[in-house]
Amino acid sequence: MRRMRNLVVTTACAALLAAFPAAAADTIKVGAILAVTGPAAFLGAPEAKTLEMLAAQVNAAGGIKGMKVELLIKDSAGDAEKALSLAKQLVEEEKVFAILGPSTSGESMKIKQYMDENATLLLSCAAAEAITTPVLKWVFKTPQNDANAVRWIFGDIQKKGLKKVGVLNSNTGFGKAGRGQLEKLAPEFGIEIAIAEEYDKAAVDLDAEVTKLKAKDVQAVINWSIEPAQSKVPVSVRKLGWNVPVYQSHGFGNVKYAEACGPAAEGVLFPAGRLLVADVLPDSHPQKALLVKYKKDYEASAKEAVSTFGGHAYDAFTLLMKAIEIGGPDKEKARAALENLKGFVGTAGIFNFSPQDHNGLGMDAFEMLTATKDCKFVLAR
Amino acid sequence: MSGAAAAAVPGCAASMTSDILLQFCVAGVTYGVIYGVVAIGFTIIYNTTGIINFAQGEFLMLGAMTAVTLQRFVPLPAAILGAVAITMLVGAALEVLFIRWLTRPSVLRMIMITIGLSIVIREVALHVWDEKSHALPYFTGDAVSALTVAGAKISPQVLWVVGVCGAMVLLLGLFFHATPLGRQMRACASNRDAARLCGINARNMVTLSFVLSAGMGALAGCVVSPITFVQYDSGTALAIKGFTAAILGGLGSTAGAAAGGVVLGLLESFSVWFLPAAYKDAVAITVMLGVLFVRPTGILGNAEAARLRGH
Repeated sequence: MRRMRNLVVTTACAALLAAFPAAAADTIKVGAILAVTGPAAFLGAPEAKTLEMLAAQVNAAGGIKGMKVELLIKDSAGDAEKALSLAKQLVEEEKVFAILGPSTSGESMKIKQYMDENATLLLSCAAAEAITTPVLKWVFKTPQNDANAVRWIFGDIQKKGLKKVGVLNSNTGFGKAGRGQLEKLAPEFGIEIAIAEEYDKAAVDLDAEVTKLKAKDVQAVINWSIEPAQSKVPVSVRKLGWNVPVYQSHGFGNVKYAEACGPAAEGVLFPAGRLLVADVLPDSHPQKALLVKYKKDYEASAKEAVSTFGGHAYDAFTLLMKAIEIGGPDKEKARAALENLKGFVGTAGIFNFSPQDHNGLGMDAFEMLTATKDCKFVLAR
Repeated sequence: MSGAAAAAVPGCAASMTSDILLQFCVAGVTYGVIYGVVAIGFTIIYNTTGIINFAQGEFLMLGAMTAVTLQRFVPLPAAILGAVAITMLVGAALEVLFIRWLTRPSVLRMIMITIGLSIVIREVALHVWDEKSHALPYFTGDAVSALTVAGAKISPQVLWVVGVCGAMVLLLGLFFHATPLGRQMRACASNRDAARLCGINARNMVTLSFVLSAGMGALAGCVVSPITFVQYDSGTALAIKGFTAAILGGLGSTAGAAAGGVVLGLLESFSVWFLPAAYKDAVAITVMLGVLFVRPTGILGNAEAARLRGH
């Protein structure tokens, strides 16, 4: 009896030992650090839903190179310190193959050095150009550069013949980086930033700030943030009876932000990827099929309107899958594959990576969009 | 041509300045009234229990979120009334479950309990609702409609906020001074033991103070939500500002709390004019620290009364 039991235990142990390496070879662990809650939840929540949907799709189709994708989504609540400790947890304890995210620029800046030192791929879903400039070997990002967003906005302002603008930004990594780009590029376009003010990311009302801009008599207002507070800017401008163009950053690409503006959304201009206007693209456009499919899939599974932020996670995930497909489950080979990837169609644009460019998107990844009276996004004409 | 333009500018600048000053006042009073109402919530509970309820901001959040949900099924006024009633029940439940059975709790323990409760309420709200920000529709007009008063633009919702909050303060004053129940609460506030000797049920008065301050918070949350939006974690920031206003006005004084709120709101608003806007939130903290160092009894507080209460 006793020998029997020993045998059973030994067999069980052997089976376990045999099972574990097998399981490790059959799955690939992908970490994700997203601001699912907190002030950047309009970014992180659609990103998380997108990743869950894509992982399920890949696994249903038999996985990637025969490996199931095991997705570990961690909520950072938009907190950079928390993002760093989550990155350490994912890399050191979970030994993930790569990390997708974080959602915000501040968090991405905080963890990029750590990821590079630990030789684990980071595909950031945040926009600040500083994330991939200077290039770190292991750090990539999927959203369009803020510098290009600035060029689109200044180009439009120049076309309107305006010279003097006022800038508002939130006190986050994204807001500060955007303001830096605005101040850097303004002279190139012959535009004067007469006043620049920063507000708290959790601000509930911006009447006082906008009043200060109005007193400077600027000809256009540019706001740079990704939090719900950005909806307060057009509201305050219009409420004060002030009839100047209002520009938002590409951080405005969630229709909920326009809805939060109510009637003030009408006419707000912002550069964004083509995802939000997928339906009106010509069928010949190389992104059309992918955009329409993602939009349809997302809206069916998440039961809410698609946003550019979910698109950034879509790009991060599909790029990683492509890199694994080419390079296999080897971190260095997958990284090299990603770095040399050209002509990859994503939601944000056509990615052309190189050792000097870990963003891979150019000016053509943007269109100038505007919101209509009933809070729909359309191409600005 | 250039001469005409130059001549037009100074006059224009002068009229602009007075308009703009008024506009800053309007913005300041709007924030200020909101802070004032939170401060009054602190005051009511402090007066009857001697504790600071750090979950006060959560009452505003709960009220507004509940009203947003109810509003899908019933008309706006009914939704607000329902939300106020539900939040009052939550306030009563908190007191009965977590506070009532404590015998002579230390101040530190009470702070721990109320901070803990505020975290629990936030997390529960995150699960009951979601991470998104919500808002009730504007009661009158919409986000951009504004009345022009002497060159300044005032959103009709601001009038609702000022009106409703002002009415609450007046009714509360009446309640405390002209009704037997209000007098009993005040008796508990000034001397709990003596009040009990007179046959007042002090414990019920404490429950009532939680109910009242929850109801006030909820109503305020509903009225301000079209302007400020509300999400599961909006209570914290409001609680800090409200607490500052309460201290500024002298903890324990309802009128002081209301005045403290308006003063704080105006200070914040005008700080944007003089300083970079980034320092706006630092103003509240600076004011709070300043008052605590220089005049801990508050601007309108009475040093004598504070000392007596301490004994």
